[in-house]
Amino acid sequence: MAETIEKERAVLVVFPHPDDEAFGTSGSLSKYVDMGVPVTYACLTLGEMGRNLGIPPFATRETLPEVRKKELQAAADAIGIKDLRMMGFRDKTVEFEDDEKMVQLISGLIDELDPSLIISFYPGYSVHPDHEATARAVVRAVRRLPEDQRPKLYLVAFANDTEEGLGQPDVEHQVSEMLDRKMRTLKAHSSQTAYMLEGLEAAIAAGEAEATERFAKERFYRYRWHEDFEESF
Amino acid sequence: MEKVNPEELQRLIDSFAGKELYIHLETTNGSYAAHFNEGFFNAGAFIRNAQIRFELGKVAGEAPHRVGLKLPYGWVYAQGITHYELDEHGRLLMAGLDGSGKLAVALELSETPFAY
Repeated sequence: MAETIEKERAVLVVFPHPDDEAFGTSGSLSKYVDMGVPVTYACLTLGEMGRNLGIPPFATRETLPEVRKKELQAAADAIGIKDLRMMGFRDKTVEFEDDEKMVQLISGLIDELDPSLIISFYPGYSVHPDHEATARAVVRAVRRLPEDQRPKLYLVAFANDTEEGLGQPDVEHQVSEMLDRKMRTLKAHSSQTAYMLEGLEAAIAAGEAEATERFAKERFYRYRWHEDFEESF
Repeated sequence: MEKVNPEELQRLIDSFAGKELYIHLETTNGSYAAHFNEGFFNAGAFIRNAQIRFELGKVAGEAPHRVGLKLPYGWVYAQGITHYELDEHGRLLMAGLDGSGKLAVALELSETPFAY
């Protein structure tokens, strides 16, 4: 398992929802930023369909996108991402968009930014339909490049059958020194994370090794091109 | 949003009767329901900016309430409505939030289209 964080030419992060970057990747992204690597975060939706509105409600179905837009900007600031792009799709509809259009979108970003690394979700192992649609678009766009010109893919997988299907992650980043920024990123998304943070902060404060360990490690799978999810697109 | 006051909500619904309206109707268990509870049958529906006109609208039952709209050519209803608000754009936003503050159902009426 690769453990040192390699310096990249440029990193492109593609996730569909504000906060998808927070728990699993914000420590690594902070490291890239500190190494001087240009990081672009393309966030496809504003998480318009988030369910948590609180007791008493802090937002309505109609104001939630504005809340989450501000949170996304604050999270990018906490990480140090200067190139944050809100791509204007609607939460829970990504899989219903034209598939070719989605591939073109990613291909356009790759052409423009020439990333040596793309961080996204792993197709088939990322649970939410928007995650899966994003993952498919990313893999398809990269598949169209000649093999020797493909950026690396570090993909997040968290389906319950991930270990069964993919085994152990290939890449593990130790981000202990970034925990402060990671916590600030999570806090930036408080409409989504407040509930989870209570438990996490308490566990870390109590020195619970497992919680701290989980929080300080970010794990990724490289894409298994030899077990591609489809033959072609 | 405030907890439903059925008389006040009824008055608001009445004020939208007979008008050309845009509707947002949604039911959801969340996309992670079957991830956290394997075998859970996750169903939901979503429609946004369909145009309707209703002739009769009613708030029914005890909290959480049901809201039904009788159209010239059909029906719309939602159950589990706990909260409501007439927002700054004059839109009637109704929602059903579960015990942890998560939205399970939304029914919204507006004379202008909802934002994409």
